[in-house]
Amino acid sequence: MKATVLVRPKPGILDPQGQAVQGSLQQLGFAVDAARVGRVIDLELDDDNRGEAHAKVERMCEQLLANPLIESYEIQLVEDG
Amino acid sequence: MSRRVPKPRIAVVTFPGSNDDKDAALALAQLGAEVVPVWHADEALPDVGAVVLPGGFSYGDYLRAGALARFAPVMNSVRAFAAEGGLVLGICNGFQILCEAGLLPGVLRPNRSLTFVCRDTRLTVERTDTPFTSRCRPAQPLTIPVKHGEGCYFADAELLAELEASDQVVLRYEGESPNGSVARIAGVVNGDGNVLGLMPHPEHAVDPLTGSTDGALVLGSLVDAALRAATEPASV
Repeated sequence: MKATVLVRPKPGILDPQGQAVQGSLQQLGFAVDAARVGRVIDLELDDDNRGEAHAKVERMCEQLLANPLIESYEIQLVEDG
Repeated sequence: MSRRVPKPRIAVVTFPGSNDDKDAALALAQLGAEVVPVWHADEALPDVGAVVLPGGFSYGDYLRAGALARFAPVMNSVRAFAAEGGLVLGICNGFQILCEAGLLPGVLRPNRSLTFVCRDTRLTVERTDTPFTSRCRPAQPLTIPVKHGEGCYFADAELLAELEASDQVVLRYEGESPNGSVARIAGVVNGDGNVLGLMPHPEHAVDPLTGSTDGALVLGSLVDAALRAATEPASV
């Protein structure tokens, strides 16, 4: 099982990195109203059970991968095929 | 005739990537402490009156500043030490570690300006009844340098109101905050008052050679408190 974790700054949290990216995109001529920069973490797990894998990755997010004060996370699971 | 004055023992923890540990040790020693260096992989803390987590870039600041250092073996002992009322001071990266470890409320985010700031800042001492500010006068302005890329203290509205109501903001930047931190917060203490984190570097402001000596008021307060902790039996 592979898991991809998307970590994003929560809505309302100032994201200076996203603002800088937005400014640069505008300079390139792209009309962009907002940009937010997060983080992608790809994990390879030895679990076969989706439910267990999801619960495990959720614990990883709560304990380390995201800081719940400022970040939200989204877990995507892909079974090895 | 010489009277033997006991020296308070203060641990300075070095993580991989710490770079202000030597300066912190030097400053504390100048202020009369016996500094005990502690390596991050040590499980146990030596018998000390206070612990200092110094500045730097522990574990390369990977993931989030301080996020990985909190899992260092020594941090279990630091957590237990703090839970028993032990004095813990986190400077810069040490502050980030204490927040990530949940020993202090809030979190430190990249500076609003996205630039690394390295300059003297003016601070106001909001409380002098802590073990970290007892040598200061109420509302005393201090000049102490900052040098960080991620010093923007963040607490949501609810937490901020809680911190203000319980007087946990010990140090505030005067004028505009150098990093965009909420309520110009430069240093916060935990609810029990024995754990302080601050972004400015008191260890870089102890010698007239480098300008201000106001940092000695903060570290000197800690030395005093560590001495008291060593000589007075814990009142439990």
